[in-house]
Amino acid sequence: MKLTLKVWRQKDGDSRGEFATYQANDINPDMSFLEMLDEVNESLLARGEEPIAFDSDCREGICGACSMVINGLPHGGRKATTACQLHMRLFEDGETVTVEPWRARAFPVVRDLIVDRSGFDRIIQAGGFVSVSTGGAQDANVIPIPKPDAELAMDAAQCIGCGACVAACKNASAMLFVAAKVSHLAILPQGRVEKNRRVLRMVEAMDSEGFGNCTVTGSCEAVCPKEISLNFITRLNQEYAVALLKSTGQSAR
Amino acid sequence: MKLDSKIPSGPLAEKWNKHKFDLKLVNPANKRKFEVLVVGTGLAGASAAASLAELGYQVSCFCYQDSPRRAHSIAAQGGINAAKNYKNDGDSIHRLFYDTIKGGDFRAREANVHRLAEVSLSIIDHCVAQGVPFAREYGGMLDNRSFGGAQVSRTFYARGQTGQQLLLGAYQALSRQVGLGAVKMFPRTEMLELVVVAGHAKGIVVRDMVTGKISSHAGDAVVLATGGYSNVFYLSTNAVGCNVTAAYRAYKKGAAFANPCYTQIHPTCIPVSGDHQSKLTLMSESLRNDGRVWVPKQKGDKRLPHDIAEKDRDYFLERKYPSFGNLAPRDISSRAAKEACDEGRGVGPGGLGVYLDFSDAIKRLGEAKIRERYANLFDMYERITGENAYRMPMRIYPAVHYTMGGLWVDYNLMSTVPGLFVLGEANFSDHGANRLGASALMQGLADGYFVLPYTIGHYFAHDKPARPQAGSAEFREAEAAARTRVQKLLAIQGKRTTRSFHRELGRLVWDKCGMARSEKGLKEALQRIPALRDEFWSNLAITGSGESLNQALEHAGRVADFLEFAELMCLDALTRDESCGGHFRTEHQTEEGEAKRDDEHFSHVAAWEFQGEDGRPLLHKEPLVYEGVHMSQRSYK
Repeated sequence: MKLTLKVWRQKDGDSRGEFATYQANDINPDMSFLEMLDEVNESLLARGEEPIAFDSDCREGICGACSMVINGLPHGGRKATTACQLHMRLFEDGETVTVEPWRARAFPVVRDLIVDRSGFDRIIQAGGFVSVSTGGAQDANVIPIPKPDAELAMDAAQCIGCGACVAACKNASAMLFVAAKVSHLAILPQGRVEKNRRVLRMVEAMDSEGFGNCTVTGSCEAVCPKEISLNFITRLNQEYAVALLKSTGQSAR
Repeated sequence: MKLDSKIPSGPLAEKWNKHKFDLKLVNPANKRKFEVLVVGTGLAGASAAASLAELGYQVSCFCYQDSPRRAHSIAAQGGINAAKNYKNDGDSIHRLFYDTIKGGDFRAREANVHRLAEVSLSIIDHCVAQGVPFAREYGGMLDNRSFGGAQVSRTFYARGQTGQQLLLGAYQALSRQVGLGAVKMFPRTEMLELVVVAGHAKGIVVRDMVTGKISSHAGDAVVLATGGYSNVFYLSTNAVGCNVTAAYRAYKKGAAFANPCYTQIHPTCIPVSGDHQSKLTLMSESLRNDGRVWVPKQKGDKRLPHDIAEKDRDYFLERKYPSFGNLAPRDISSRAAKEACDEGRGVGPGGLGVYLDFSDAIKRLGEAKIRERYANLFDMYERITGENAYRMPMRIYPAVHYTMGGLWVDYNLMSTVPGLFVLGEANFSDHGANRLGASALMQGLADGYFVLPYTIGHYFAHDKPARPQAGSAEFREAEAAARTRVQKLLAIQGKRTTRSFHRELGRLVWDKCGMARSEKGLKEALQRIPALRDEFWSNLAITGSGESLNQALEHAGRVADFLEFAELMCLDALTRDESCGGHFRTEHQTEEGEAKRDDEHFSHVAAWEFQGEDGRPLLHKEPLVYEGVHMSQRSYK
């Protein structure tokens, strides 16, 4: 297979970026998209040019590092698939493929296809945890958890924090990411204790990071490699409303 | 160098309790005077950083990824062991201890393994309290499944994403401490050197991977939780960024490296599809609960799996190991698959694969049940191979997955450099010559949550290490060494890319120091590695500068260390003139082709001490003494 690639190149956050065009030849259909980029980088290095910088690590769809918009869709738009798991057999010989970084104010470009997603970390630091220190936990089976609750919590908990939801959203909203963590912990009895404080603080952090508002278009759900459901955003709104009512007159802290 | 394992006296089952009492404490008000540098944010690093900060220590934590949540523990699929005996099937701390020692082919340190089995109970309790959504039964109780090398069901799991959920638990605990200001987090930061002052670990030199700036951090102790070295093989199930650099730099500063030849080949990975491949993907061992492994009885049988009648199939694990069957330990299952392929009975491209067939389980339990248990694995298989494993058997082949060897540590998890602690896969201590499934997560969390928080205080209170002096001569020297190295790499301006060197090195060690090793092959590898390394340092091509984000430079630095480390690994494999667990020397096998140990000569930990760039590493031996178990020939028949 042969492809024409239009790849976003940007030296650093302060420089202007632009598309560069590369030919990718001898593509094996069993390659992943990132392995195809590896090969392009090998040929760039051989010509003395700087390779395309992109984030990736586990290359099995679970670490959430890879982050690129392929032909206008985060991770390339295949259902439930990260870019590292997207295989070249899905592309057509001779096709022109556009590759860009996540585009969002809260995710500034670091270099080429690499963006800074530390805003997600700060949202978790604001409240995305159960305040339990090591030691002293009771036996794990003391609190029975109904299987459907455990399953639902797991549906939310499997978010990989890649940021595709933000990249897909016209408002660059992080609601699906926040909703997944708020829901995961609010569904379980262990996380319920501080659920009001958590949701208020996480939403506050989300807003201060510069993520946009949610208008429920569902583009986040459509591109989420873990198929996190839009229903969790409904749950987040409920949790937030309840927490706000209960905290009226009190600081979120 | 003297290896003092500091194993407490007294009966095996009471050692840890006794030791906890004997360890000196640091007054809560004094803890904040100590700063701990934690490198790595996987299960071991994140849990240690969080727990130490909870205790009141000042913590700085470093990872090369853009977020601590991406450390490779996240990819562990199957589960985590704990001797809870919730299934009433005869499990106990002693049984988990025994299974782990036996699974490790009697090459692990007994006291550490017993402690691991003891704290396994607390890990599950703590993780549930953190909100880890483990699988549950309809009654609301935790569910368990069975795993290789055990005849009880003691593995806790969260679908096929147990590592992810445990890591997110630890990451959240860490994030809480970052939010409280108790941990300073340094993502996209790579450790390049260890700083040793007056014999104690006092700091690290790091490179900011965005700006390229090289700087030092001083602390009262350094904790390495930097994972394993499987990527020395180029193709492995590790993340592409995993590397040996931090551990190897510590080795060059005086930390002994133990048992580097103990590497684990995992039996159930997706076979290699071509030269372009950048990594191998594991299919959880839990699949072997319901999948049956087979190859055609006839050599070169090219028929589709459906067309091969039952009588023409060889379910070789069930045939060879009737009592453990498809759940035989990883090293044994891997070798059995390799043998079948070596005989010409492998399936798929190049004949490097065996079938893992779910059709019987689907008939027995229904597709819905199998989907509930393994859907994400089947989906992943489909994405990579384009094949539907509900309709046709998966093809699997062994791949390098885990490294049992690592920096030598004593019972307190301290290396031979005082003040340098090593946790998780980066140390050598608990898995002997072969690790059982679902034990890596257990060890990482045991070390970070429940061992280091006790033992590090003893180091501060008992050894009373001197305060670190940032900016002292040792720091300046270490920084200069790191800078020189980067400049040297950039100055080569040769023709070959890092990847091509890495691939060649990987192929060499896979052939000569992989699933089967021989004296001849290892000697050949020991000849060829230095030559490859020389070529690397004279013909490497990297572009760009050291003062910006430069992934080619990062990769080159890691491969430079792999090119030295590979030699140590082969030397250890050559010196260990026996077979044990994952270390299979073709000269030493039973008539049935199983690993044949030589307890008389090799019942020891091999700890290697660096002797300068041109010196041959010096071997130290820690004898392994067993009080609680009788050493026997492993049998899973």
